[in-house]
Amino acid sequence: MSASTLSHTGPGHSARDPKTAAALGRRRKRVDMLVRALCTGATVIAIAFLISILGLLTYRGFAAIDLTLFTTSTRPPGSGGGLLNAIVGSLIQVSIATVVGTPIGMLVGTYLAEYARASTLGNIVRFVSDILLSAPSILIGLFVYQLLVVPFGGFSGWAGVVALSIIIIPVVVRTTEDMLRLIPDTLREAVAGLGAPKWKMIVLVCWRSAISGILTGILLGIARIAGETAPLLFTSLGNNAFTTDLSRPFPSLPLSIYAYAGSPYEDWIALAWAGALLTTALVLGLNILARAVLKVRI
Amino acid sequence: MNTPLQPDPTAESKDQTMTGSMTEGTTTSRTAEASATFGGMAARSEEKLNASRISIRGLDFYYGANKALKQINFEIPDRQVTGMIGPSGCGKSTLLRVLNRMYSLYPGQRATGEVLMDGKNTIDASVDLNELRAKIGMVFQKPTPFPMTIYENIAFGVRLHEQLNKAQMDERVEWALTRAALWTEAKDRLGSSAMGLSGGQQQRLCIARTIAVKPEVILFDEPTSALDPISTLKIEELIDELKRDFTIAIVTHNMQQAARCADQVAFFYLGELVEVSPAAQMFTAPKHPKTQEYITGRFG
Repeated sequence: MSASTLSHTGPGHSARDPKTAAALGRRRKRVDMLVRALCTGATVIAIAFLISILGLLTYRGFAAIDLTLFTTSTRPPGSGGGLLNAIVGSLIQVSIATVVGTPIGMLVGTYLAEYARASTLGNIVRFVSDILLSAPSILIGLFVYQLLVVPFGGFSGWAGVVALSIIIIPVVVRTTEDMLRLIPDTLREAVAGLGAPKWKMIVLVCWRSAISGILTGILLGIARIAGETAPLLFTSLGNNAFTTDLSRPFPSLPLSIYAYAGSPYEDWIALAWAGALLTTALVLGLNILARAVLKVRI
Repeated sequence: MNTPLQPDPTAESKDQTMTGSMTEGTTTSRTAEASATFGGMAARSEEKLNASRISIRGLDFYYGANKALKQINFEIPDRQVTGMIGPSGCGKSTLLRVLNRMYSLYPGQRATGEVLMDGKNTIDASVDLNELRAKIGMVFQKPTPFPMTIYENIAFGVRLHEQLNKAQMDERVEWALTRAALWTEAKDRLGSSAMGLSGGQQQRLCIARTIAVKPEVILFDEPTSALDPISTLKIEELIDELKRDFTIAIVTHNMQQAARCADQVAFFYLGELVEVSPAAQMFTAPKHPKTQEYITGRFG
């Protein structure tokens, strides 16, 4: 490098032209304003929709909520009645689907993270699980319809439970694998270094380290299936009467909303709003709980 | 493969740079005086190395197709400290991970040759890894407390290998924490999470957890590189104390640490063992010019 290129009189170091600098500065400010305006505008539009949805839901929903909503089942239009059948039906179906789907999802996620990290089979399983995660839930409804409803000659609560289980599994798989992968390998080595077999490493240390993240995933999975309607249309069908018999057509909140919101009866439409508010509150509550769980440090 | 092999001086290969093998009854005399200093600090005054605890013969190690260790031959003396030094990527940590078979966790990593302990080749596929790791404990660069209480951290390893009642376990936990110089700080909070300890305390907890299993050999992989000077000093004092009962191998980037802690030092460069000598000799009269260059800070 010659001395002249380093000196301040060289071509690369001529003094700035103040006019050009000022013009560039003004332009920079204009672009800055424009980007800021676009971002703010988009946010306002999104929030406006969200607030109007929640506002209308709260307004119409609260108007329909009273004690009979929780104490009586649906009655014929014009004779009062509540959503007890749908509330209990949803609780039963979502609970069983969670109990069935969560262990399967956790074990598959553990398999992917701990046993099959870079294997071909692992990659295939991960790919299939991700497809299932983003598949339209109506497809799963149709699948279960073909698998359980057609051969057994009728809609049933069990078919709905199976459909919801299939939907929650990939959610739990994904979070379990992600959370386990966040654990540094040095922790696994520390466990192995004490002479622990792999299953103890996984169950006693890895799961324990990842438990808050996995729980969050499970709660989000529950929130997801609690609001699913499409897969239940082909499987549980819905039921206006109170029942706990899963071998018969089975009621649930999303199905009641679907059925009553489209009906011509004022009181049924009000029930649909109340059910929508309940479902939203449940999903929101689960989301808040999930965030709180994620913050808990062990 | 599993026939008991006594360390045999004639087995030394050509590229082994040791002057004398550390077999039973053989002592390696030092030319340097006990008062020899390196960079102002006193080197260890031990005059001789003990009998061999682990013999490494013709060891090669591969990460996939990449050969990381080439024909390593040396002895790790019983109940003394062997320091392993060398620039990053020289293979010293890899050797440590061969000794407790940590590499077996990862497909694609393999070792050939012999690592003899109690007459058995520990890199043989038939070796029970959990038994081996109970005999050869390891402390890592970063503290790795388990997400449980301090008490449970210690008891975890013990339960893997022994069935103790509550009183015996209490005793073992206290013993291990005392040996790791953590008992006075931890005794009132045994039931609280180990994650709440400071970095230096966590590292001593990891040492306590390792010795609670009562291993014969303890491997330290740069145990103080993430710690402050005070914590480092405590760990070094601890290592000095522990060698009365345990055979110790320590990988370090810190030459002073090697000089302070080790009885024997092995210098690695580009996957080869350049020189292994008693510590005082290594730091005063290294045999190999490469060693001389490294310990005087000319590279690495």
